[in-house]
Amino acid sequence: MDSVSVSFTLNGEPQGLTVPPAERLLGTPRYRVGLTGTKEGCGEGECGACTVHLDGLPVNSCLVLTAQVRGQSVETVESRKPDTLEPFLAGGATQCGACTPGVVMAASWILEHPELLRTHNTRELMAGNLCRCTGYDGIVDSVTAALTRNRRA
Amino acid sequence: MQRREGLAKLTGQERYVDDLPLEDFLWGMTVRSPAPRGRVTAVRFGKGVDWSQVVVVDAKDLPGPNVVKLIEEDQPVLAAGYVRHMHEPILLVAHRSRDEARRAAMAVEIVVEPETPVFDFRVTPVTNQIQYGADNVLKRLKIEKGDVATALKDAPVVVEGTYETGAQEHVYLENQSMIAWLDGDVLTVTGSLQCPYYVLAALKHTLARDESRLRVIHAPTGGGFGGKEEYPSHLALHASLLALKAGKPVKMIYDRSEDMAATTKRHPSLVHHRTGITKDGRLLAQEIDVVMDGGAYVTLSPGVLSRGIIHAAGPYACDNVRIDGRVMFTNAVPFGAFRGFGAPQTHFANERHMDVVARAIGMDPVELRQRNIIRDGQSTATGQVIRDGTDRGAVIDRALEMSRYRVKEREHTAFNASNDHTRRGMGIAVFHHGAGFTGSGEVYLKSCVRVAGLPDGRVEIQTANTEMGQGAFTIFIQIAAECLGLDPADVVVAPADTSKVPNSGPTVASRTSMVVGRLIERACGALQKRLGTTERTGRGSALKDAIVEWHRTHAGQALGAEAEYEPPPGVAWDDKTYRGDAYAAFAWGAYVAEVEVDLRTFTPRVLDFVAVQEIGKVLNDTLARGQVQGGVAQGIGWALMEECRWKDGGMINNQLTNYVIPTSDDLPPIRVEFLENPFSGGPQGAKGLGELPLDGPAPAVVNAIAAAMNNDPRVIPLTPERLMALA
Repeated sequence: MDSVSVSFTLNGEPQGLTVPPAERLLGTPRYRVGLTGTKEGCGEGECGACTVHLDGLPVNSCLVLTAQVRGQSVETVESRKPDTLEPFLAGGATQCGACTPGVVMAASWILEHPELLRTHNTRELMAGNLCRCTGYDGIVDSVTAALTRNRRA
Repeated sequence: MQRREGLAKLTGQERYVDDLPLEDFLWGMTVRSPAPRGRVTAVRFGKGVDWSQVVVVDAKDLPGPNVVKLIEEDQPVLAAGYVRHMHEPILLVAHRSRDEARRAAMAVEIVVEPETPVFDFRVTPVTNQIQYGADNVLKRLKIEKGDVATALKDAPVVVEGTYETGAQEHVYLENQSMIAWLDGDVLTVTGSLQCPYYVLAALKHTLARDESRLRVIHAPTGGGFGGKEEYPSHLALHASLLALKAGKPVKMIYDRSEDMAATTKRHPSLVHHRTGITKDGRLLAQEIDVVMDGGAYVTLSPGVLSRGIIHAAGPYACDNVRIDGRVMFTNAVPFGAFRGFGAPQTHFANERHMDVVARAIGMDPVELRQRNIIRDGQSTATGQVIRDGTDRGAVIDRALEMSRYRVKEREHTAFNASNDHTRRGMGIAVFHHGAGFTGSGEVYLKSCVRVAGLPDGRVEIQTANTEMGQGAFTIFIQIAAECLGLDPADVVVAPADTSKVPNSGPTVASRTSMVVGRLIERACGALQKRLGTTERTGRGSALKDAIVEWHRTHAGQALGAEAEYEPPPGVAWDDKTYRGDAYAAFAWGAYVAEVEVDLRTFTPRVLDFVAVQEIGKVLNDTLARGQVQGGVAQGIGWALMEECRWKDGGMINNQLTNYVIPTSDDLPPIRVEFLENPFSGGPQGAKGLGELPLDGPAPAVVNAIAAAMNNDPRVIPLTPERLMALA
């Protein structure tokens, strides 16, 4: 089997693609669709730089085959509105930016599901995203600031 | 001001090397040595690959000398018949398909006739292990002040200690990456790198092309930490050789395992202290021996050793100091620049040793530091008289106050006495870090910066310095906007492209804000002067109008003004004797860690971390805080969990699954405070900051563990296994 056909939505847009069976979900938006926001950091599900949402749940896209997402909804960092990210800019959540798209997708999952914080804290929920620049304070503080802003809105 | 490129990064719009649009190109891959030392007796191109579709480059394809130009010219671009370390590059292959390129690289069999390697830098090599000079010493340096031998002989108490630090992998989140192509006759490379002009010099030397036919463009860089100081020269040469042979663009992106196996790391170190002291804690003599593992080539090791030994006696006053330093050749993958550049290693030894000395004379470790901290008018080991007016005692006091050190110590005594399974302790480290190149380095660099007025009235800053996450571009914009009374929106930074920007030196050594920032201030002044305005009249809208008017009368011409480095007055250094002013300015720090250890698993956890430092002037609070917090996290990782495991001089845990760095859940909030005492040689009074935060965390955390466990650890990373072995 040299290729498989797969249909899914990417940031709300329907996609019908023919891809090699071993193609990773990380590579499809990057190299076929031209959405290069999603980054590869380790290629083995440790660093979280490639985090995307699959039917609303964060996944490491380096560990998902594109052929597996048939009929599902895939959201990458490009789907997030810039104005919602202002607390992250002000809070120092990004430095070199290589982990940032994954951090934004993991953080936006928390922001969309603040009930997660009843059982976990932000540091636990963000532990799947390695960052070598910030020491995490900028990220954790930004999530807190964004939650506060959302509660006010 | 907020980070200039911050929103582009948050929205995924920033284009790193692997994100750049590129058509009709080949993927490049590297074939590496399978052995640590020996003669290459055969290179076999295996079956299952259509070799007619593969571009292959070996050492014979080099147009010029087979060396990567750096301090010494000892490291080949591609090993030619002889290998000196595991994973040494031997051949390059390229193919349209990334998978096919990888398959081709894996199908090449390299046969090496093994010779006796040397791996342990701590042990004197035997004859058949000698591979560099007469004794495998890559570099030897010495600092001498006063009369150590007599002072040690006369000292009432002498305390000795040996301390060891391991290698550390940078783990920049973006791996090494580079694209090379021919643009007409101009060989152009764009890559993830810190020092465009280092890459240019390496290309010029090896490819035998003059600078008019070479161009290096910095791409947005996903972290560097020193790891993209020298290594990108190798990758740029590799991609260029393939591109020249193929006649097509070539892209090389390392995956994580190749990056960790093949690129440089922090030098492992072994430091021995012999300290003479009075019974009431006055330092009389410091005799320090520093040995580092350099790996198989010189790389930047002489500089790392130099910075290491200059910081080895710590921020203390002592009349008699002798520091002997050497870097040893081993058949390990070469070690290189890593944030701190030798100083974190020697500071770990010195600050751990201060606690050992304090215990030996029955003195409180904080009091011992307060007693000996250098005061204005006193001199460092190199004889540099410190007169910056900083109250270093106040830096320590503030760290004690913020951490509630004394209260916590008492609480921990009670806690430890009543708790079966956990122990808590406090630890402190006091340290300094010199900003900019060591000694005469900045004078030799002759850095130059240009500030240009654009036809629309905006101002463009042109430097070769790179944004890799530290916030350099934002700081540059802030400095120029402040100088010229402009809205930051009217200031832009030119991409670091060697065909367009002057050589303002490498982005290393905590020099960018302090040294290059000061040059930007001076170039802004030169621009005002060139427009016939002054510091007062050439500001804001008047300046913009003057720039627009200039372009109206000089259509098609460029309006630029430059500034070149001049050493601050009164700074003198002697390279031969290693005496004098090693750095134009030092930043000063005192860090306190509170740690808890689980006695069942021997897992330490940092409960609280306070980082107080005096850095002249904080230019941007968010960025400065981020530098400290990130540096502390990296330092805690180095202290407790980041362990390179070796086989035949190559890293075998070269993946993030088993080389573990701290996550958000491993760290407490890092509480940062800055004290300010403006430095006249820096922009708005700022001193260098980038590397300082790596110096303090390891000794502070390990001292806290020693206090908690009442033990005496000497080796980092202090993993649970090592901690258990001490019990």
